[in-house]
Amino acid sequence: MSKTIVIDGKVIPFEDGQTIIQAATAAGVYIPHLCHNPKFTPHGSCKLCTVKVNGRNCSACTFPASEGQNITNISEELNDDREKITQMLFVEGNHFCPSCEKTGNCNLQAVAYHLGMTDNHFPHFFENREVDASHPDVMIDHNRCIFCTLCVRASQQEDGKNVFAISGRGLEKRLIVNSESGLLKDSDLDVNDCAAHICPTGAILIKRTGYKVPIGQRIFDHAHIDTVALAVEGVNHDE
Amino acid sequence: MTNKKVKVATVSLAGCFGCHMSFLDLDERLVELVEHVQFDRSPLTDIEHCSPDCDIGLIEGGVCNSENVHVLREFRKNCKTLVAVGACAINGGLPAMRNHISLEDCLNEAYRDGIGVENAQIPNDVELPLLLDKVHPIHEVVKIDYFLPGCPPSADVFWKFLTDLLAGREPSLPYELVHFD
Repeated sequence: MSKTIVIDGKVIPFEDGQTIIQAATAAGVYIPHLCHNPKFTPHGSCKLCTVKVNGRNCSACTFPASEGQNITNISEELNDDREKITQMLFVEGNHFCPSCEKTGNCNLQAVAYHLGMTDNHFPHFFENREVDASHPDVMIDHNRCIFCTLCVRASQQEDGKNVFAISGRGLEKRLIVNSESGLLKDSDLDVNDCAAHICPTGAILIKRTGYKVPIGQRIFDHAHIDTVALAVEGVNHDE
Repeated sequence: MTNKKVKVATVSLAGCFGCHMSFLDLDERLVELVEHVQFDRSPLTDIEHCSPDCDIGLIEGGVCNSENVHVLREFRKNCKTLVAVGACAINGGLPAMRNHISLEDCLNEAYRDGIGVENAQIPNDVELPLLLDKVHPIHEVVKIDYFLPGCPPSADVFWKFLTDLLAGREPSLPYELVHFD
């Protein structure tokens, strides 16, 4: 008999070495997340996937599944925390959806929709962040970076390069580019790299592709992120 | 439902009136709406100040100058339920994109150094409200009860929200009506 964990009362099988989110995804249970992508080493930074494991808060993307775990994923308390975390991400950066090319395809926005978030609650930082449009094919808008490190991990683990890193701590935290000038044009990023396409928000965009899909026909305009994430990530995760 | 009509006041602060235009997209549903609703202070009525017994205040736009702050406070004081309508009211929106440029630079570019400016001078009439150094979402100034996201929120959003309120239900928007863009 296979080993099992229980998430919101549902019995879910797991294999040794699987994290809670891996077991959940395989069983068709969505746990909200932003920095997690089944292709890459978990980072555990966004904290959206926080679940209660036997009464204690754990990040489902890093915490290994093990026998005897009774896990709460959906509760008012956890979803309130997730909403507040998402609101903090919105006020810390400059996320103006109506003027962002990623709108409708954005995971940050879709998670907000999923959590029923209609406002940003906190005072906005309106921090001054740069745009790096130096690369011929790819641009970085730091206003929209949420420091999920997916581009960092994709560059290292998928592309075999080391284009991105996170520098600084707390409010000084920044996405930096591995090049003498610090500009994307002087890095070895190629438009076909996984790292150029992995961004869950509109921070890294491919040039000359804007608005090819009209607003209203985009991924999350009609589909919830739980359905979309399970369809995409449920396939990849055992590879 | 009693015969007493619900008093609704509306205003556009640092907005573009797009949300008001979207509201008017209710089209023939407006006829049904005015059977239950009486408009108080609003660009639709030209009434200058809120009655003290308004039920619902719909605020479009963020806060960019001193007059916006006064108007917003008047609405809060006189409306039982205050609603942030649209992206600009919720997060400052497009006008807040000036927050990364100093106010002096903004004014110089618009009124002194900009291309095609004649008789360059920065407007300084005492009648003009003073600009704030930054544009703020309205929840940073007064307590807001409900938020209707969208740029603009569609007429269906207004309809669902107002009919819920009028029927005494807690307003709730289905997934298809919640858009930040």
